[in-house]
Amino acid sequence: MFRTLMIWTTAELFPSMRAALSTILVCCIAYPAVIWALGQGLTPHTADGSLIYDKDGRTIGGERIAQAFTRPEYFWPRPSAADYNAAGAAGSNLSPANLRLRELAEQRIAAYTPASEETIPADLVTASGSGLDPHITREAALYQVPRVAKARGLDESELRAAVQQHANKTTGLLINVLLLNLELDAAVPE
Amino acid sequence: MSLVLSLSILGACVLLSWPLGRYLTAVMEPPKEAPGIQRLFETTIVRVTGSAAAAQQNWKSYAVSMLTFNGVMFGVSWLILTVQTWLPLNPDQMAALEPSLVFNTVASFTSNTNLQHYSGEASLSYFSQLFALMWLQFVSAATGLAALTALARGLSGRTMLGNFYRDVLRATFGILLPLCLVVATLLLIGGIPMTFKGAAVAHTLEGLEQTIARGPVAAFVAIKQLGTNGGGFFGPNSTHPMENPGFFTNVIECASILLIPMACVWMFGFMTRRVRHAAVVFAVMALMLAVNVGAALYLESAPTAALEGLPVAQQRGNLEGKELRFGTGAGPLWAALTTATSNGSVNSMHDSLNPLTGLVPMIGMWLNVIFGGVGVGMINMFLYIIAGVFICGMMVGRTPEYLTRKVETREMKLALLAILVHPLFILGGAAIFAATPWGAGTVNNPGPHGFSEILYEFSSASADNGSGFEGLGDNTVPWNTATGLVMLLSRFIPIILPLAIAGSLAAKKAAPENTGTLRTDTPLFGFVILGSVVFVGALLFLPVAVLGPIAEHLARGIR
Repeated sequence: MFRTLMIWTTAELFPSMRAALSTILVCCIAYPAVIWALGQGLTPHTADGSLIYDKDGRTIGGERIAQAFTRPEYFWPRPSAADYNAAGAAGSNLSPANLRLRELAEQRIAAYTPASEETIPADLVTASGSGLDPHITREAALYQVPRVAKARGLDESELRAAVQQHANKTTGLLINVLLLNLELDAAVPE
Repeated sequence: MSLVLSLSILGACVLLSWPLGRYLTAVMEPPKEAPGIQRLFETTIVRVTGSAAAAQQNWKSYAVSMLTFNGVMFGVSWLILTVQTWLPLNPDQMAALEPSLVFNTVASFTSNTNLQHYSGEASLSYFSQLFALMWLQFVSAATGLAALTALARGLSGRTMLGNFYRDVLRATFGILLPLCLVVATLLLIGGIPMTFKGAAVAHTLEGLEQTIARGPVAAFVAIKQLGTNGGGFFGPNSTHPMENPGFFTNVIECASILLIPMACVWMFGFMTRRVRHAAVVFAVMALMLAVNVGAALYLESAPTAALEGLPVAQQRGNLEGKELRFGTGAGPLWAALTTATSNGSVNSMHDSLNPLTGLVPMIGMWLNVIFGGVGVGMINMFLYIIAGVFICGMMVGRTPEYLTRKVETREMKLALLAILVHPLFILGGAAIFAATPWGAGTVNNPGPHGFSEILYEFSSASADNGSGFEGLGDNTVPWNTATGLVMLLSRFIPIILPLAIAGSLAAKKAAPENTGTLRTDTPLFGFVILGSVVFVGALLFLPVAVLGPIAEHLARGIR
């Protein structure tokens, strides 16, 4: 028994440990180091997480990360099951047939106080998978135009054009909520 | 639109899989006149592991080496996760993990499953992510490739199956590493972060504080996708905007799921010198994959049932649990691919898929042979081939043969045992947990969907897949222990038993093929294995499918 164990140790365990060590050195040190260096060289902004800074160099958010907006003068993002916690992202994991989803949707619709006959785009009442979806659809942004225009004292058609212009920077279909709000703030300094 | 895109991704993978299969074969079984660089590579590998890498092994000693190496993988990662508080690269000061969670996580990544009962950005240091989990993602996938290589050698009539240490290092350094370098670079270009800085604190426009987790994500995601691992850097996996920031990365990650599993089928064909046979197997798998993808795309275009009658414009289908930047069809496409191949990453929340769409990933995991995990998918299919050959032999009253060797009682016993482990764990586990507070007290949705959550969890563990209906509160001692054990057993039993079959077949005399031989390279044979897979799967799993997703679908209109 002891002899078998000794043989196994020299014939199997030691080679296994050597194989483990060599793969750790290459896959866990060399490989990430190369990719890190490439990232810092090729795409330093996104490699560090696509953060956005204000003019004083303070971090105000992530380009790709939704942040909470509740004030009327800002466009609002999709609902977040994680409450926009970017250090603990999560979806609702509710079944589409779960009536809890209906209750949540009713509350969310109420927050938008829609006029009768008006339908609200689905992305504004459903939570995204990560809870951090930075986008809303173009329709969802246009839907919010009257509220934002009123709060900011802007002309609705001008704001609508600004939204469309923002959408055209990418596929024409999606709006990055944080970037659009930043544009609005930049256009009308407080 | 999403159908066209899905078809182009699948088509590109099929085209790429052929040359990649040739490459895999050349690395795992170096040709006699190998180029100089490969000879250097081979000598280096032998030097790394010492004389152990030089010996030829029969199936038993190959299996012993595999288990020893996997034991070391398990031990090293266990140690790292347990002491992560005191290790470097921990900018966000992650604390020690609870022991049953450590067991589950280590079992999960050792077995190439990547079921995650933790959330990466909330629980793990960068050191743990890279040195424990990412390392296991490399070497567990390499273990699968080594096992398939050994099986193919056995089936081509050699009783000596090669050397495990050599094979696992060939697969790691020669196949996974170069592919990862390419894919990780593409992901960087697509905007995925790769930083060792800790989480950033942002001051939002409305004056709140928001902590934004980040990390060395690009390197991690490449091997996660390529090695059919699926364990995400962040909790919500590839739905997270840092793990999958856009359309381009989504396409790259999607294709990376399929590439190696597809190439494995060709490698099997090249190594056994039965390319036409491999083509038949490939076609059967591709057919099943196409059916799953089509079904998922169609079913998920239905709107969210719970919102019916509310003033909501739902023309984009069910958006709960989905990210807008990938487009509508990306979620169901990924769901079908990731479960066909035992990958287990997600780009939408499977728990929030429409009830019948949720059945598609379950079917992928129940069958577990639609390309399957790296290496092991083809090994699983081999078991069904043996079963199919046997049934056909019985029907015509001849001793069945596979690749000129007679399939007899011993091989059949082993094959059936390996096939039956899978339903035993899924059905047995789901039954126990559905009937007790262990499972029933942890579900996130009421009724049949709650049962689906339990069923999905065991299916995922047993198929070594790793995706989940993530609403399930699965970080409990019973869940961690049960799924941890299931993952380990359902990983190693279906690798070792096929190796035993190959060893036993290789020891037999080759019977010359004649007109009475069942040919394995015809469409007829394709129907035989398709039939074995579909009928066995349907007989085993239809009842639970009815109890879970189908019942929920039928009841969805009832308020």
